[in-house]
Amino acid sequence: MRRISRRGFFKVTAAGSSALAISSTKKAFGMKEFKGYPDSMGVLVDLTRCIGCRTCEAACNKEHGLPEPEIPFDDFSVFDQVFHDGKRKRRTSDSAYTVVNRYDDTSSGAPVYRKIQCNHCNEPACLTSCFVNAYTKTKEGAVIYNPDVCVGCRMCMVACPFRIPAYSYHSALHPQIIKCNFCYDTRLKKGKPPACVEACPQEALTFGHRKTLIKIAHERIRSDPDKYVDHVYGETEVGGTSWMYLSSVPFDQVGFDTSLQHHPILDNTKSFLGFVPMVLGIWPAMFMGFHLLSTRGKEETEKKVSENK
Amino acid sequence: MNHLIVNKGYQPIDSLNNPDNGQKWSLWRKLLLGLSPSDYFRQVLRNPFNWVLGLIFAIGLPVIIYRYATGLGGVMHASYDYPWGLFLGFGLFCMVPLSASGFLLGTTVELFGHKKFKPILRLALLNGLLGYFFAVVYLLVDLGCPWRLYYPMFVSWGTAAVLFLVGWHVATYLSVQIMEVSEAFFEWVNWPTAKKFIHSGTIGLTVAGIILSTLHQGALGTLLCYAPGKVHPLWYSQEFLWIFYLCSSVFAGICMVIAVSTVVEKTMSWRCGSEFLDNLGPITIGLAKGATMALVTYLVIKIIGIIHDNEWAYLTTGWGTWFMLEIGLGVILPIILFSIGIRKNSVWLVRFTAFLTILGLMMNRLNTALITFNWDLYQEIPHPLEAVITVTIFALFITVYRFILYRLPILYTWKTVSEEELVSIADLDSTQTQQAAVLVDTAGKESLGPA
Repeated sequence: MRRISRRGFFKVTAAGSSALAISSTKKAFGMKEFKGYPDSMGVLVDLTRCIGCRTCEAACNKEHGLPEPEIPFDDFSVFDQVFHDGKRKRRTSDSAYTVVNRYDDTSSGAPVYRKIQCNHCNEPACLTSCFVNAYTKTKEGAVIYNPDVCVGCRMCMVACPFRIPAYSYHSALHPQIIKCNFCYDTRLKKGKPPACVEACPQEALTFGHRKTLIKIAHERIRSDPDKYVDHVYGETEVGGTSWMYLSSVPFDQVGFDTSLQHHPILDNTKSFLGFVPMVLGIWPAMFMGFHLLSTRGKEETEKKVSENK
Repeated sequence: MNHLIVNKGYQPIDSLNNPDNGQKWSLWRKLLLGLSPSDYFRQVLRNPFNWVLGLIFAIGLPVIIYRYATGLGGVMHASYDYPWGLFLGFGLFCMVPLSASGFLLGTTVELFGHKKFKPILRLALLNGLLGYFFAVVYLLVDLGCPWRLYYPMFVSWGTAAVLFLVGWHVATYLSVQIMEVSEAFFEWVNWPTAKKFIHSGTIGLTVAGIILSTLHQGALGTLLCYAPGKVHPLWYSQEFLWIFYLCSSVFAGICMVIAVSTVVEKTMSWRCGSEFLDNLGPITIGLAKGATMALVTYLVIKIIGIIHDNEWAYLTTGWGTWFMLEIGLGVILPIILFSIGIRKNSVWLVRFTAFLTILGLMMNRLNTALITFNWDLYQEIPHPLEAVITVTIFALFITVYRFILYRLPILYTWKTVSEEELVSIADLDSTQTQQAAVLVDTAGKESLGPA
């Protein structure tokens, strides 16, 4: 028998433990909570300032070279569009990263406009549900997607609590997820605000550090409590998002899902995922034990019977 | 098929050697079920069910080609709100629990040593293997880039994702099941060494099957925990969804074996061995007992789920009626009917109930993954072509299933040379018999055709 030297033993142990460290990612087992990157950027959307001019939609379309829409951006008849028996307004699609909708039946009496796009969650459900790690949360706060590894299972679309990701279903060879990327490559990486924010003539969109934006948002509510609903949508929803909203009318009147949980979607699967290593560890011995207990006696009797034959 | 066979006094191949001349069956003859090519094709044309299958393929295969040519958008609504349709709703969420049969019967027979169920073991294993295999086929249609199916294994790991676990487990479990079923294949092609090798690992494979099944049956439920609020609260349970899925896969797998064995007994009794046919009644009753226990457990934990999340108020809504209908028809009624069937020893009532339970299970899976999904948004009826492809792949599943059952020793016992030899030399004197027996023992299943 070959003796294992002390040095060899350490080598093997080190290799084994580093392999373990790599395979058990911090996302699954390690950190209990992730509150977002400290210098994450964000955008504060103040619905009270939005006039529904759709300039942001046009700017986004230009920035990302998206196909020209059938109805031009200066045509406001799109606000009257409804789908699925009036149950659904316009949403993000494979040709629009962002969309503005108008809500008429609000308690304020006046129409309220709401811009939707990827909210760039601190701990995104799309990212944590993706089995090929196609998503990345950058330190600047953007949730970006890599089409080169995407298999096209569309789990992220199921998981997204805001129903944002779209899919290019009509592409046979290169179908991919299509969603707002916070202008990461062209702007955010360089410290510049995204195209929509830059284009907004009303300053309805404020770009800045997420931490600062939360302070600004609460300051606006404090200084004008009659104007604003006392809630910053996105501060805590699904663990916090980089894009946050202020509104003068209750959020559920303008299409927000106010029933969302206030912790990351990933938490919902943690108890099950924690159970996985236990099954892998315990089941083999347990079921081998059951096997021995239930068959040992029988096998012996069977042998005896066959011997007697 | 029966007619022609009966006409000719046909004996299906069930041994290594042709009993008429003692020659080994050629692979070609084995594939043709021992018939001449012209007879075989006459049979194929004669069976009306083949015409039904042919019609389905004639319509469905062009649609599948169309799907790959134009992308998923050609055959689906291309909905962003309903990313998943029938391919996953039926193909993955229904096929996987219905294929739990392999690990359940494997556990019963191999692990707990209940040899009573042995005649149906291989059918259960094959049912598991094919169910998983075709779940993957459904995936290949549904994935946007099916050619990247191996990416989660070899290219990019999303280890925190539940789907990562499902992918890995389905892949590993598929390999485990291929090994389990390969015993029958090795008998058929006469590779005794390979069979022996696989057989020596039976317990290991069975335990691996239990581990993998516990985890991925549950993981399928956990997938929907990513979508709280989208799935109706009555079907959603953050804590228990995985165990609902695991528990229901137990009775689903068992009922699927009862259902398939029923179909097999009615449509291909010529292929069933006496061991299978003679024991099927008591086995069916025995399986029904297991299914009833799982059903009762499932009912209890479903009620606990409602209590735990305090969802009583939902029961009075329209969705609540739908939920109670699912539980009533798919769980409570089967419990009652199974109990009567078991008490009265009525195989046919048990069989009927098994089909009912399968429908109930499918209702549950489609409800969680599709029907109650986006319950507060709007409902969407899947695209007709989606249904066409789903039916086509299921027809392919049946075709492959039948192809294998006709040939491999799943329903019958492969007569090895030893048995034939023992029969043929039974008249000889005892010393010779002993010698022959020794010969057979050492050579195992080697070809020692009668001289």
